[in-house]
Amino acid sequence: MASSVNPASSPSSESPPVEKGSSLWTDAFFRLKKNKLAMLGGIIVILILILCFIVAPILALTGLNANAQDLSNRFAPIGEGQGGLGTDQLGRDLLMRVLEGGQISLLVAILATLMTVTLGIIYGGIAGYVGGRIGNAMMRIVDGLLAMPFLIIVILFREIISGHVDELARFFIDVWGWSSDSVLRFANLIPLTIAIAGFGWLSMGRIVRSAAASLSQQEFVEAARSLGLSHQRILFRHILPNMLGPVIIYATLTIPSFILYEATLSFIGLGIEPPNSSWGKLIQEGANFMETNLTVLAIPAVLFSLTLFAFNFLGDGLRDALDPRASKD
Amino acid sequence: MLRTTFYLILASFLLVSCETRSDVEIANEENILIVGNSNEPKGLDPHLVSGVLESNIIRALFEGLCVEDPAKDSSSLPGVAMRWESSEDFTQWTFFLNPKAKWSDGVPVTAHDFVFSYRRLLSPDPNWPAKYTEMLYFLENGEAYHRNRVGEILCKNKPDFPLAWDLLKGANFNGDKKLKLESFAEQEFTKMEEKDLAKFKAYLSEGGALDFKKLTADPVDPSQLSDAEKRVFFNSIGLDKLEKEHLIFLKKQPEMIEWTEAVPPEVRQEVLDLLIAHHEAGKPNLWDQARVGVTAADDFTLKLKLRGPVPFLTEITKHYTWYPVPRHVILAHGEINTAFSSPWTRPGNIVSNGPFQLKTWRTNHLIEVEKNPHYWDRETVSLSGIRYLPIKNSYTETRMFGDDQLHITYTVPSELIPMAREKYPGQLRQENYVGVRFLRVNTRSTPFDHPQVRRAFALAIDQKAICEKILQGGQKPASGIVPPFGDYQPPELIHFDPARAKTLLAESGYESTSSFPDIELLTTNSDSGLREAEALQAMWQEHLGIKVRITQREWTTYLQKQAEKDYDLCVGGWIGDYLDPTTFLEMWVNDGGNNNTGWSSEEFEALLSKAENTADVPTRMEILSQAERRLLDDTPVLPIYWYTTNYLIRPEVKNWTPLLLNNHPFKFVKIEKP
Amino acid sequence: MLRIILSRLFQTVIVVFLLVTFTFFAVRAIPGNPFAAEKATSPEEQAALEAYYGLDKPLPIQYLNYWKNISKGDFGDSLAMKGRKVSTLISEAFPVSLKLGLLSLLLGMIIGMPLGIIAALFHNRWQDYSAMVIAMAGICIVAFVLGPIFQLSIAKPLSLLNVAGWQRSSDILLPSITLCFGVAAYLARLTRGGMLDVLSQDYIRTARAKGVPTLQIISRHALRPALMPAVTFLGPAFAAIITGSFVVETIFLVPGMGQHFVLGITSKDYNLVLGLVLFYGILMGIANLLSDIALIFMDPKLRNS
Repeated sequence: MASSVNPASSPSSESPPVEKGSSLWTDAFFRLKKNKLAMLGGIIVILILILCFIVAPILALTGLNANAQDLSNRFAPIGEGQGGLGTDQLGRDLLMRVLEGGQISLLVAILATLMTVTLGIIYGGIAGYVGGRIGNAMMRIVDGLLAMPFLIIVILFREIISGHVDELARFFIDVWGWSSDSVLRFANLIPLTIAIAGFGWLSMGRIVRSAAASLSQQEFVEAARSLGLSHQRILFRHILPNMLGPVIIYATLTIPSFILYEATLSFIGLGIEPPNSSWGKLIQEGANFMETNLTVLAIPAVLFSLTLFAFNFLGDGLRDALDPRASKD
Repeated sequence: MLRTTFYLILASFLLVSCETRSDVEIANEENILIVGNSNEPKGLDPHLVSGVLESNIIRALFEGLCVEDPAKDSSSLPGVAMRWESSEDFTQWTFFLNPKAKWSDGVPVTAHDFVFSYRRLLSPDPNWPAKYTEMLYFLENGEAYHRNRVGEILCKNKPDFPLAWDLLKGANFNGDKKLKLESFAEQEFTKMEEKDLAKFKAYLSEGGALDFKKLTADPVDPSQLSDAEKRVFFNSIGLDKLEKEHLIFLKKQPEMIEWTEAVPPEVRQEVLDLLIAHHEAGKPNLWDQARVGVTAADDFTLKLKLRGPVPFLTEITKHYTWYPVPRHVILAHGEINTAFSSPWTRPGNIVSNGPFQLKTWRTNHLIEVEKNPHYWDRETVSLSGIRYLPIKNSYTETRMFGDDQLHITYTVPSELIPMAREKYPGQLRQENYVGVRFLRVNTRSTPFDHPQVRRAFALAIDQKAICEKILQGGQKPASGIVPPFGDYQPPELIHFDPARAKTLLAESGYESTSSFPDIELLTTNSDSGLREAEALQAMWQEHLGIKVRITQREWTTYLQKQAEKDYDLCVGGWIGDYLDPTTFLEMWVNDGGNNNTGWSSEEFEALLSKAENTADVPTRMEILSQAERRLLDDTPVLPIYWYTTNYLIRPEVKNWTPLLLNNHPFKFVKIEKP
Repeated sequence: MLRIILSRLFQTVIVVFLLVTFTFFAVRAIPGNPFAAEKATSPEEQAALEAYYGLDKPLPIQYLNYWKNISKGDFGDSLAMKGRKVSTLISEAFPVSLKLGLLSLLLGMIIGMPLGIIAALFHNRWQDYSAMVIAMAGICIVAFVLGPIFQLSIAKPLSLLNVAGWQRSSDILLPSITLCFGVAAYLARLTRGGMLDVLSQDYIRTARAKGVPTLQIISRHALRPALMPAVTFLGPAFAAIITGSFVVETIFLVPGMGQHFVLGITSKDYNLVLGLVLFYGILMGIANLLSDIALIFMDPKLRNS
């Protein structure tokens, strides 16, 4: 039986009195280790991150290029092609495309999640802590936006932002002399990222708000208040740190859902700018070849699903571990 | 609850299992053809649609004067017209209508229906959103009526008018298009750029400044303007569009608008009087005065008078814009030019004269037509109905064909062509199609204001590789913009030549590719478009060393960006409306609605109008080929390939033979029971 | 209970109002021209069309007019599919989406809830892991891969089922199976969490200690409270599945609301999008209300209050 000490709920009678802060995390880690699926997920996540962000750039240095076409060598089977995983419909190296696609998908999802978390904490925290009418009104606005078709928000953000991103990219290329290829490659995922985050932060805001609202009712916050601590201090020293648990859980589960969003956008034709690719786009293009050539679908799809599984199980595991209600067993 | 659900699902499975025959087997017994039709039609009013998929349905519902031959291109069979004859110079045609031709409610189709239809399509009202009015410009005075050229209609056709129209037409009736005064509204005359100033030169002979505030006031008071300003004001609008007060003012100073020397002062006054009288009469519709070249000699004789010789007129009458629409039904649901608010095309209301009539229309689901019991040639019609499925996803469509759910697919995606060839031998059709895929070039953007750069980009496209490696549908590299068909043999103008492309680029003054401005290739968000764009991107990179960015936009945004010339290069295509090169060439005239490249050439337009007045076919083709050469010398458009149709068709479907326009007449189609 | 219903209704009204307002301005801010067609639209024609649809007026006036028309029950005409009323389009598509949504929700419950319960009962053992792997498959394989796989591997060999379409009564099966996995994954997760929570409660421990058989504990005592989080999820999930199944609808040729949503937005069909959003907002309010009522019936504490 794992002990739980959560400042958010009154300490349960059986748990031994332990120090606050550190034990929450050591406890959590202990519980996480018990969940083998979550641990496996964590390992896979780390491996895939290494593959996409360390191995791929090294391979690129050795001369592998994800966008070099060779129309005379289309659909090379596994074992052929420079990367060894064959080539796609335009004779491009599949290994590099999958890895670079993964970079984009993961970057978009991770960056969007970071933005989501930041925005959500600020907005939800304020709404929850202020409470009352204003807090309620802030939440109704979120509800209204949340019910909007996310496609509208995505297209809107993309159109508004892409112009400015171009200016920014040109600045880096002209003034700092960065290579235009790499700047543009990452510049063109910014609109997409912001668009996804522009929609995603709403749910985060809701979660943070309910957490903040329940926290601000807690005895230790009441105590802090009665001690005359400033709002800022209460917010930053007492409420925010205690919301970390739900936020981390939610963030881990948000990453895979953003990877999925990106894929769905690719299906509609609103994904990343070509010739660059993302997993969503590779799978969508690959699915068109389902009857004729399975490798162009299978390779990205397997990696994609594996990543989603891994993130989801890691997230679920973290929830089990960090949310003590579900772990008194 | 779980138990009930389980039983429910089991029951639904059992219900299903009663039917083990495929959709096609059932349809074969019912004699119904199931066709993939790619999308939900925008509408069924033959005058308001402009797409291929709508025309597939309209062709079954309506019938024009002539009917497509099921097996031969450029050949016309009797439709509503039993027979026809033309004058020797092909400018006057008489169509003798079949008295047996009926609308699907039993009302006879008469020549008056045709007159009404053509009048409807040509409606001059700005609220009339017809897309394909130009198709009727072949009729004499058709364009003048549609564009509401009041002066021309009144002066040309008035019996006792003292001056011939040819001498009068040099006067400024239409307004000077260069002088868009609204666009100068915020400008100060003294600070104007040279090229803008040049536009006003002609009207500023005595010098003087212009006050744009006064010129764009609402309303403009001419008595407050200087003479130079008056000239600019009147000439910018033109006689046809001037208000009554302005025309009255002009009577005092007729020299304030351009006339030619040939127009004597008393004629000027008479023109102005005619126009003022028209305003005073409340600007009535001018159909009766316009003398558009369509008349009903009697109920079953239709006479057409054309603006020039059109030897291929019967070809054109097969286009849906030339079909009759039911006068009695349209007028029962609205005015002649009531567009979208009229419910006459809705199921239950619509009445048509073709081999079929509308049975069901469910959005995004199904359109079904059934045999028209009143059709004059119902013995020939073999099918008892057609079902059109709006299958947007072409992969699903091919899979449905494989599962015996469709007789004919709309297309086969290029990815599945190798599979289709192998799995459905003899059922995959790859046929020539009069259509061309090209890139529009924005000739007003740098670097494409250099013709050499445009040509270099054209020559660096490895068309053959795109056709054979990517599309695989039998498409042919396009050496020009008009695909080869009939009497027209296109000149060899563009072919892949990377060495020449490089030289051209060097000649253009852009030495290194690093000094090249950013170039954006605009495309839609379709998969096939993207693959092509990616291939083009790689080709220019390889052969010219130039990086091009691909911008994908949804359809309507793509169209808008194109119309606003907010692009550098843009993927596009064009399907011929009838079998004549002009259908591909006329779009590139100045201000043509589909030009969008900013390019224009008076020489090119002169060649087109020369062809318009030439009756002799070989000479005409020669002139048109000169026009095409002239167009591609400047290369405002980079041809990529000529289309083919790729589709799957079941063997039991008969009388469906290759046709260049792919407008298969459904009345002859048969399902042969195995 | 009446108070809960009333406050829910009030909230719905506010949310729908905000939702329509946001959407109204956002969808008009997207670039693109609702009247663009294959053949170019001339400026005069554009102006005439805008006047006809009232788009030439200043935005605030358009906005007020929209509410005025709504109060008369007029959703306006579709801009892309001209001559068709938005209300007709919705009334054609809604029954289709409703059927599809209900069946996939049902299948999702049948698959998801038992998996969640199994996973909770065997917490951190292989049964837990395999149940969750099965449950997650739905959200880890994208619908546009799952759909074609079903078409090729189930429908094609099976003469009973069609690859796509909406003609036979059986045509609903494949799309709803494809859709149900997403629901099942979330339901399994929520049920598992809820079950773990309940199983750790003192009264269950007591029951166990007294030797009540596990099956009885679950069915008599644990199931109801454990399903509460899942029931809360069902309301919004139902609304979402009815409107958000674009991918499945295009792959399986289902004439539902999801297609209108996406195509309305990409073709800038303002009236259609607004009509759909309004409808969706109300639907979501109702769905939330229903799941609130369900919760009240499930929870004795709430029922008595």
